[in-house]
Amino acid sequence: MKNTVILGAMTIAGLAAGAAAAGTLDDVKARGKLNCGVTTGLVGFAAPDANGEWKGFDVAVCRAVAAAVLGDSTAVEFVPTTGKTRFTALASGEIDMLARNTTWTFSRDVDLKFEFTGVNYYDGQGFMVPKELGVSSAKELDGATVCIQTGTTTELNLADFFRSNNISYEPVPIETNAEAQQQYLAGACDVYTTDASGLAATRATFDAPDAHVLLPEIISKEPLGPLVRHGDHEWGDVVRWTLNALVTAEELGVTSANLSEMAAGTNNPEINRLLGTEGTLGEMLGLSADWGKNALAAGGNYGEVFAKNIGEDTPIGLARGLNAQWTQGGLLYSPPFR
Amino acid sequence: MSDKTTQQIAFVAEGMIPESPPPAREAGAYKWVRENLFSSIPNSILTLAALALIYSLLSNVLPWLLNGVWTTSSLAECREVLEGKAGACFSVLTERWHQLLYGFKYPTDQYWRPNLALLLLLIALAPVLFFDLPRRLLAFTAVYPFLAFWLIWGGSILVPIVALLGFVAAGVVFQKYGKSSFAAGFFGAIVAALVIWKLGGLLIPDAASDNAMLSSVPSRDLGGFMLNMMLGVTCVSLSVPLGIALALGRQSSMPFIKWICVVFIEFVRGVPLITLLFVASVMLSYFFPPDATVDLFLRVVIMITLFSAAYIAEVIRGGLAALPTGQYEAADSLGLDYPQAMRLIILPQALKISIPGIVNVAVGLFKDTTLVSVISMFDMVGMIRGPILASTEWNGVYWELLGFAAALFFVVCYGISQYSQWLERRLATGHR
Amino acid sequence: MSTLTDPPKEQFRLSMLVNDTRYRSLTFQAIAALVLALAIWYLGNNLLQNLRAAGLNISYDFLGNSAGYDINQRLIEYDNQDSHGRAALVGILNTLLVAFLACITATIFGVIAGVLRLSNNWLVSKLMAVYVEVFRNIPVLIWIIIIFTIMTAVMPGPREFRGAEPTASMLFDLFAFTNRGVYTPMPVFGNGFFASTALNWLVVLAVLAGSFFVMRRVEAKATATQEETGERPKTLLIALAVWIIPFALLMLAMGLTWEVPELKGFNFKGGIKIGGPLIALWFALSIYTGAFIAENVRAGIQAISKGQSEAAAALGLRPSRTMNLVVLPQALRVIIPPLISNFLNITKNSSLAIAVGYADITATLGGITLNQTGRAIECVLLLMLFYLTASLIISMVMNVYNSSVKLKER
Repeated sequence: MKNTVILGAMTIAGLAAGAAAAGTLDDVKARGKLNCGVTTGLVGFAAPDANGEWKGFDVAVCRAVAAAVLGDSTAVEFVPTTGKTRFTALASGEIDMLARNTTWTFSRDVDLKFEFTGVNYYDGQGFMVPKELGVSSAKELDGATVCIQTGTTTELNLADFFRSNNISYEPVPIETNAEAQQQYLAGACDVYTTDASGLAATRATFDAPDAHVLLPEIISKEPLGPLVRHGDHEWGDVVRWTLNALVTAEELGVTSANLSEMAAGTNNPEINRLLGTEGTLGEMLGLSADWGKNALAAGGNYGEVFAKNIGEDTPIGLARGLNAQWTQGGLLYSPPFR
Repeated sequence: MSDKTTQQIAFVAEGMIPESPPPAREAGAYKWVRENLFSSIPNSILTLAALALIYSLLSNVLPWLLNGVWTTSSLAECREVLEGKAGACFSVLTERWHQLLYGFKYPTDQYWRPNLALLLLLIALAPVLFFDLPRRLLAFTAVYPFLAFWLIWGGSILVPIVALLGFVAAGVVFQKYGKSSFAAGFFGAIVAALVIWKLGGLLIPDAASDNAMLSSVPSRDLGGFMLNMMLGVTCVSLSVPLGIALALGRQSSMPFIKWICVVFIEFVRGVPLITLLFVASVMLSYFFPPDATVDLFLRVVIMITLFSAAYIAEVIRGGLAALPTGQYEAADSLGLDYPQAMRLIILPQALKISIPGIVNVAVGLFKDTTLVSVISMFDMVGMIRGPILASTEWNGVYWELLGFAAALFFVVCYGISQYSQWLERRLATGHR
Repeated sequence: MSTLTDPPKEQFRLSMLVNDTRYRSLTFQAIAALVLALAIWYLGNNLLQNLRAAGLNISYDFLGNSAGYDINQRLIEYDNQDSHGRAALVGILNTLLVAFLACITATIFGVIAGVLRLSNNWLVSKLMAVYVEVFRNIPVLIWIIIIFTIMTAVMPGPREFRGAEPTASMLFDLFAFTNRGVYTPMPVFGNGFFASTALNWLVVLAVLAGSFFVMRRVEAKATATQEETGERPKTLLIALAVWIIPFALLMLAMGLTWEVPELKGFNFKGGIKIGGPLIALWFALSIYTGAFIAENVRAGIQAISKGQSEAAAALGLRPSRTMNLVVLPQALRVIIPPLISNFLNITKNSSLAIAVGYADITATLGGITLNQTGRAIECVLLLMLFYLTASLIISMVMNVYNSSVKLKER
């Protein structure tokens, strides 16, 4: 990278035109790094820890893709984005993929020209209230002041919910999760609303998490997933099938513990195809044969990633619920690897 | 009466009466207090009100400050230690100071690099700010930007060297041809610099940065107070030349050039910085060639530079207007052409008058660099609002963090504005 | 680059265009125009290519679509089915509201602090110096966040007003200061002349304006009498009568009652609500800009030569009249130009509303609308257009006022 900052500024027209306008996959390989857009900080999904290391569920998806493409799960440049900047960052090519608890909606897919490559978390918008308020249903929230984190589909769902139930509310739109929390804890709003997973993650950081309850209503469908630019299908396939590989691995019982053993070859042809010991799936994607193995080596299969970052043993404590495998009553269903 | 005149006066003072001390109420602390605090009833009321205000502030803040806890590792632990007493959890500062100052990504073992860059910055700035220092020090100032770039970003030392060489070449060409014709020298210099950069860009191997002496740090990893400082220093120093050009353009007799400059200056001064930052974060990428990626730091530098250039242009325009017309006429009568007159007569004087104003713009701009937190850059305020307050351990620590940020900014900005006032006083005497 | 330095092709003028000062400026302007055109072409071309590559287009149709989100603080009717355009309008009005309020209070803070800083009282003048330095040297964004945090963390929540032994209570049972905002009683017209509240308020305004004009006549007459006889007739009683009687009669006729805020359900209901974000932003902007205005006021007063106030004292004017009639009118001329730029700064800094969740234009058009529609370029352009227009109008108005103050000089 010789077009570094100062030189780049001075010779924008001349030097900066470095890489040819090839596909994103080639760009990433040439660069040796994956630029992955994440949120600016939501514990459990993507947040830097005390050492500045990004950790979380969305982060794990980025790492898996980096491992699949480059064979190195640390070859990721995490680009923090806000609700405002995320789509421009993706559209303008600043990031190669966006894994930022982004809801798959029609207009984002069609009008904004993005391609959602699957769902890594099935979520829905919920409400959190202090226990002392004695509220047991969102329909009792007539006249309440509601804190919303802006830049999501949250505002729209909220407006729709209150409108359809014919009750009123006062919105307090807040930019960052940390500030919304502060408002909520200080009692400047009665209710905090965002995706149920986000609520759980937020509640986990409270002093007294037990003093707050999540209301039973889930007022929207929020399929969160990674997305890429429209039109670059090779790259879209890579991200899609990396995600599918994580899901399939869980279904087939491939974990980070038995990965090297299984990669030596098994009786199950699908596992063999997934791990590259049989067939040419990697070649079809334009990747090395062991791409699936690398992706799984990054953080384990879907279940392991879930358990490590947001599962019931973590402070966030989310149950699998909708995000269980289809064989166990959930919605996770990966197309077959063949 | 008559007695007196007829009688002989029996007493003539033979010596001075010794000085007696003034009455107690006219001396010492009592006098000072009476005159300065209780000279009249309204004044006494004001004094008492002020005392009450100070007392209420101190009585709230002091226990909090003095009870501060410095060694815990999370807010919950800190509250446990305090046991409900009023007290600050300064441990968030001791635990996260490096994040507040350098952002969360800058390699910990490389902190000496920005520190050294800051130290050198002071040395480089000294000859610019204090006229008495030997002028030869300016040579270091000229080299400093490249040195600082290399220190902070690391990577191959060839990159800043090529950049520096480009400027040197431009300077040489200008020296050679600029004497006879300003335009020839000017455009020649630009061409020379471009040629050097292009050649240098081709010569530096792609892998040069991989195992360089200083490991390379991408600009995305910059953060904290360091980011504020860097944005402030870079943008102000880049915008001074641009501001001079704009100010001269606005004074120009050529209508088209004047028109461009006026429109640009008024446009930039009419919109808030935050909209320009939105441009940098969501719009600017669309204006670069499709295959070029310009990172956010650079885009923000471009927009803030344009922003401060407009303000500096107005300050310099004031400086130009403050010069007596005689100076322009004297330059003309000496037969100097426009570039010569500007370079040798007008600008040295106008810039000298403008320096306090430029310093004020710089302070304002430095404060405004905190706005980058709104576009998801992790400057000091961004670090506080984002990663630190969102973390499980420190969720809910506001006063300590905001107070620390405020104190840091206060120290820097107050220092600079004191300098500006000192300079103003000095320049004011210089002109009488 | 080399093509740019090529002069136009007329042979016999070639040297003149470079060397002759009469024509050289034409050359430079031509070059500048060319460079500008090239730059615009280059940027525009990039934009078009990028948009085409991303499959996007520039269109302002989204302004007519239903916005779908709610806004808590609004001056005009708005609900989530209204268009993005109307949401932007709500935002514009909110920006203007906070800018207007902050300009007034910042001026008040600034004048008080500036005058007190010159006070003989050592303690007070030092205190004001500390105020000015502390507020001027810390970024406004930090102040906004600090004051907003104070608002929410220190003020009581509505919950604390409830129960048998509430920890907070309403002031005079009329005003409620909560961390969600301040609730004050609202005047309601029981039998107004019109069905619409706005029209009724217009009537009130018209009556007040009438009183104002009558008072001006009375004052003018008093001044005329003073100039003739040297004695100023007392106008205080007349003034009271002119201001109060028509107003009181009108209020009686319209059946004025007060709607007092009451704690119902989650919030206070009724009365006027001034939202917490508005108060925080308003106060932060006022107190921050007030520090700058204080410095301008101090400089303005100090710029007036001491001889002026001494002359006034020699004429026998009391200190307050010296200030009002001699010092301030002259100081105003020094104060107003920087005051204009401070007002412009307030307007522009009000865009930081985004940090406290106040629904100004940056938060509606440049925030939620931008997020929901993804139309970044259009939204940012409209946003800049609005601020540009607002700035130009403010500086125009203030410049007119400035020149009117100036004219009085001779």
